[in-house]
Amino acid sequence: MTPLSSYMILSAIVFVTGVVGVLIRRNIIMILLSIELMLNATNINFVAFSYYLDNVAGQVFVFFALTVAAAEVAVGLAIIIALYRGKATIAAEELNLMKW
Amino acid sequence: MGSLSFLYFGTVIVLTAVLVVALRKPMYSVIALLVMFFHIAGLFVTLHAEFLAAVQLIVYAGAILVLYLFVVMLLNVKEDDSYQRQFRLGMGLGLLALAEVVYIVSAAGLPEEPVRERATAAVSAGNTETVGRALYTTYLFPFEVASLILLVAMIGAIFMAKKGMMGPETPKAVQAVESK
Repeated sequence: MTPLSSYMILSAIVFVTGVVGVLIRRNIIMILLSIELMLNATNINFVAFSYYLDNVAGQVFVFFALTVAAAEVAVGLAIIIALYRGKATIAAEELNLMKW
Repeated sequence: MGSLSFLYFGTVIVLTAVLVVALRKPMYSVIALLVMFFHIAGLFVTLHAEFLAAVQLIVYAGAILVLYLFVVMLLNVKEDDSYQRQFRLGMGLGLLALAEVVYIVSAAGLPEEPVRERATAAVSAGNTETVGRALYTTYLFPFEVASLILLVAMIGAIFMAKKGMMGPETPKAVQAVESK
C-alpha cells in the first residue's frame, strides 16, 4: 500500500511546477495553465486525504474546486480575449498599465 | 499492485506537469496538460473516487481544456522564444519550497494505511451516492453558492468578451491588421 506521504510529495511537486510556471513564462495563457496545475495538485491532496482518513468531505471539496476552476477559466480567457483585442499582445511584461 | 499503479500514474503526472511548463509552444503544453488530466483521473480511481475521476475527465479534459485550445488557436499565439528573466530566481524558489514541503511531510508522521478498511457502508453504497448524499445534505449551502459562482462567471465572461464593452470600438488588433 502506498503511504499517504507519497501522495503529498507528488502533489507538492506538481504544485511547485505550477508556481515556477507562473514565475517564468511570458505568455498569459501559459500562466493560466500553470494555475490549473496548482489547482490539480491540491485536488490530488484532497482525494488522497479523503481516502486515507475515510471521510467524503475531501471529495466534496474537490467538487467545489472544480466549479471554481471552471469559473476561473471562463473569466480568465474572456479577460485574455479582451486584452488581445485592446493591445494586440498577450505577453505578460507588456501589460504594465497598472504597474507601479 | 497498488504501489505499482501509483508509480506509473505519479511518474506520468510529474513528467507531463514539467512538460506543460517547459514546452515552448502553447499548443503542446495544452496537449501535455490533457495527458496529465487523464492520469490524475486514473489516480482518483485507484483512490476509490470514481465519481471525481469521471467529473475530472468530463469537466477538465472535456470542457476546460477545449476552452484553452480554442483560445490558443483563436489568438494564434506565437511560441515563446525565452523564459522571463527571473528564470533562475523562480527555479531556486521552487526548489526551496519543494524541499521545505518534503521535509515537513517526512517529519509529520502521516498515516501509512487507510484508517479503516473500506468494506464498510461508504463503499457498499457506492462512491457517487455517498458524494451526492454529502453534497445535498451537509454541504447544501456551499453547493448553492457554487451555482451562484458559475452564474457570475457566465455573465462576466459574456460581458468581457463582448465587442465594444471593453476598450475601443475598433480594436488595436484589428487596426494592426488593417494598416498592413
